[in-house]
Amino acid sequence: MIHITTPMDEGTRLSLRTGDEVLISGTIYTGRDAAHKRMVHSIEHQEPFPFPLKDQIIYYVGPTPARPGQPIGSCGPTSSYRMDPYSIQLMPKGLKIMIGKGDRGEAFKQALIQEKAVYLIAIGGIGALLSKRVTQAKLISYPDLLSEAVYELTVEDFPAIVAYDSIGGDIFQRKD
Amino acid sequence: MLMIKKAKITETIRTMVMDANYFLDPSVTRSFHDYQKKERSQLARNVLQAIIDNETLARTEHIPLCQDTGIAVVFVEVGNLLHFDYALEEAIQEGVRQGYHDGFLRKSIVKHPLRRENTQDNTPAVIHVKLTMGDELKIHFAPKGGGSENMSRLLMLSPSAGEEGIREFVAKAVVEAGGRPCPPIIVGLGIGGNFEKAALLAKEAIFRPIDDHASDPDDARLEQELLDMINALHVGPMALGGDTTCLAVKVNSHPCHIASLPVAINIQCHAARKSHATLKGESQ
Repeated sequence: MIHITTPMDEGTRLSLRTGDEVLISGTIYTGRDAAHKRMVHSIEHQEPFPFPLKDQIIYYVGPTPARPGQPIGSCGPTSSYRMDPYSIQLMPKGLKIMIGKGDRGEAFKQALIQEKAVYLIAIGGIGALLSKRVTQAKLISYPDLLSEAVYELTVEDFPAIVAYDSIGGDIFQRKD
Repeated sequence: MLMIKKAKITETIRTMVMDANYFLDPSVTRSFHDYQKKERSQLARNVLQAIIDNETLARTEHIPLCQDTGIAVVFVEVGNLLHFDYALEEAIQEGVRQGYHDGFLRKSIVKHPLRRENTQDNTPAVIHVKLTMGDELKIHFAPKGGGSENMSRLLMLSPSAGEEGIREFVAKAVVEAGGRPCPPIIVGLGIGGNFEKAALLAKEAIFRPIDDHASDPDDARLEQELLDMINALHVGPMALGGDTTCLAVKVNSHPCHIASLPVAINIQCHAARKSHATLKGESQ
């Protein structure tokens, strides 16, 4: 089990290997379909991103609304493949660490290796359990997107597994 | 004249919506435990344990099992003796609206598939109404997540493709879906009917109890054979490998055209959330 504190520097990121189980503490940013579309629009229109991308983690999630007194609702990962076309454009702009669920396409995998980025997965469908690893959630962009807005999450021991490392490893390809 | 008050339907749906999202049917949890005992991969056993622990937490603290509280799918069976002086679908939509609001559930519906503006209340639900005989209104609800729904497929096979064609179709769908529908999955298979009926059969199939069997002997045999076939693919929980890819296969068949063999697979993720209610008409 590898304990990682954010921001995740390049050295740590490049040392991760497919299959590594990590526990992340610090800050992660949320964003999924609609937010990614807007972030790519920001590139095209030279507008600032909701958060500085360098060494930061984006987590593909749309949480349920928090009950009063809770920092966040249920917050498991959404399927990552839908973000592929956006991620391919965001990686050259500095986004190198992504957390989601499931496999991704060939074009994304090629770009990931080229950009020396990493893709991690969280277990899908355990949103209640994962909500306990989030101590704070701050809305920082696109409030009109409701649960698809960009949130800054403070996490403690958020569990993830390295799915695609920066050297071409792929957890979904098995020799069995 | 037998009637059910509009408010009663709304209130029932509201409760069903919240219950389904917090409380998994014990038979599904039992299935997790049963497969975990047989699972040879340590990582797969760990993933199943996380799924089991998640169910306990959701139930005890009323946190939604999964953040994708889904598109609301409602099947209603309306007894012929019931009279309605209001729009039944309106009563249902209002119940969905209230349940998703009061239950702190996610609003995941956009008004138009291209313009994609959130409707902010998780309506409209997809409602299927069937007329039956009697004085009862039977309601079945599922919050159907997008991840698994997106991996569902439909194919108009040639009758000559037969069972082999169905097997290939199912294997391809499950392998291509990989981890995206959150395996271990439940597979609903509609065979026969026509283009739209096959899809409906598949959706009705995933509403069946996890431990039942098709009454038609060929369907029941196909259920077992497909289950074994899918698990032999070793996709595993979250596609991380293992023996537990599929918890159950449900085959619903229907008469079809002499030139057709429609087949539809509706994939259900492990958060197989369902709720059921029966209301009786009362004399007015």
